[in-house]
Amino acid sequence: MTEARFRVIATGPHVSVQDAGRFGQMRFGVPASGPMDRTAHAIANRAVARPPEAAGIEVSRGGLVLECLSGAVSLAVTGGGFIVESGEARAGSWVRTTIRAGQRLTIRPGHWGSWAYLAFAGALVSPHWLGHAATHSMSGLGGGKLTVGQEILVTGARLLGDEAKIPCPVFARPLHRVHVVMGPQDRFFDSATQARFLHEPFSLTDAYDRMGVRLKGPPLMPVGALSIPSEPILRGSVQVAGDGVATILLADHQTTGGYPKIATILSADLDRLVQLRPRDRLRFCAVSAAEAVARARLHAARIRPYFSAIGPR
Amino acid sequence: MLTPRFIAVADHALLVEFASEISDPANASVRALDRALAADPPRGLREVVPAYVNLLIDFDPLESDHKTLEMAVQSLLKAPATVPPTGTQRTVEVCYDADFAPDLAAVATATGLDEAAVVNAHLAGDYRVFMFGFAPGYAYLAGVPPQIQVPRKAAPLRGIAAGSVLIAGPQCLVTTLTMPTGWSIIGRSPTQILRTDPARPFLFDVGDRVTFKRIDRAGFARAEKAARA
Repeated sequence: MTEARFRVIATGPHVSVQDAGRFGQMRFGVPASGPMDRTAHAIANRAVARPPEAAGIEVSRGGLVLECLSGAVSLAVTGGGFIVESGEARAGSWVRTTIRAGQRLTIRPGHWGSWAYLAFAGALVSPHWLGHAATHSMSGLGGGKLTVGQEILVTGARLLGDEAKIPCPVFARPLHRVHVVMGPQDRFFDSATQARFLHEPFSLTDAYDRMGVRLKGPPLMPVGALSIPSEPILRGSVQVAGDGVATILLADHQTTGGYPKIATILSADLDRLVQLRPRDRLRFCAVSAAEAVARARLHAARIRPYFSAIGPR
Repeated sequence: MLTPRFIAVADHALLVEFASEISDPANASVRALDRALAADPPRGLREVVPAYVNLLIDFDPLESDHKTLEMAVQSLLKAPATVPPTGTQRTVEVCYDADFAPDLAAVATATGLDEAAVVNAHLAGDYRVFMFGFAPGYAYLAGVPPQIQVPRKAAPLRGIAAGSVLIAGPQCLVTTLTMPTGWSIIGRSPTQILRTDPARPFLFDVGDRVTFKRIDRAGFARAEKAARA
């Protein structure tokens, strides 16, 4: 079988192996994990003719440098607007290219975005936990975080032809105004606080990792919420601590907790929100539950033709 | 079962809430609905997360919506009540040696008992898995006897070893990862909660009953060795 072998020359923090996610285990304290930007991850796989759930590498703004030790393989990089250097060639992300033995692949942050996705035209070999390569950052279980010196093996490596651009669709770009359904504990916030949440701007802070991102903005003091029993939390929950500071919970969220959640972000908007960077502005816009479902269906309908249009023919 | 409140969560989940404060009837209702959903999953159901007084249903918005799921839950609630599940009995071994139990003396002081009495009270407790959270396999066990209930510490301690047996208020848990905790550390368990068996990757499920069994240092060493084998 054709293989390509790499060594990790340099890696930033929070660079990890991710497949589409480990679903169905939240009742045991295990969030799905998987890519922060699920849309970009699936597109990268599609661009190298791999199944959408296949394991790839999620690259943080810390960047990644790989050296190809042997073999050759095509690869795609999507996600944020990162810079991709492959051998002598330099391109923006949203590109499909090929790397060969002796060449280096460098992925580093460019003008926008927080996460990039590297998918190989072959199977990335990595440890699995509960049947998945998705890495749970708190425990390191799953495919794992990348470390300098580590070797990476891609089996069934294929070559897909010349370098090609992958169109970056509107639905994969950062979003500064995200839709939420209020609750499930909006009753712990008075109407003035709820109005502030919906009408004043927030920004992301540096307290941003795979578990969540803390926001800066108007204080959202909860009223009488100190004794709520711990209850389920989802990716996208906007949780408010006792000091009135909001945190958006993300891919490696805790599965239960006792802080009130003022609102929950729609899943399609969440993939775009995570591509914002610390200090970027963010606003919340409330929709009804019925409109939220309608938006999820509209998003799915928009993605379908895009997916069938890209990818090697 | 109690009559729940339904709360829509984003585009893909429904929270079914039986009470706003922890009570046995509310938790029994959570467990009964959890079982009914597992036996007869409504269309679009992706997963169910039970907690103390409520239960979250995650669904595929392309297959269902909040109202449809609410109606499905309503009809499950109308079905004749099944005998509430008693849960499987699980045993967790624990060694209370001083170096494994840095807070045992403080718990004894706070409760006016001696250390042996704290250990005996902990062993006498009848524990139930109420929910998981915080980290994989991190099961919240309610049932710490009142005479050894102590509040959380003011500041969490970092780097607490996996397998630590912790108590705070009525709750007990056995940690699965090295992590910070503000709970009192009263022992160490070699019992594997994260398991390698793909059919049952976690020792407990929500609703299981747990008893602690005291082991000595030699027993701890044997169990650790067996787990590594």
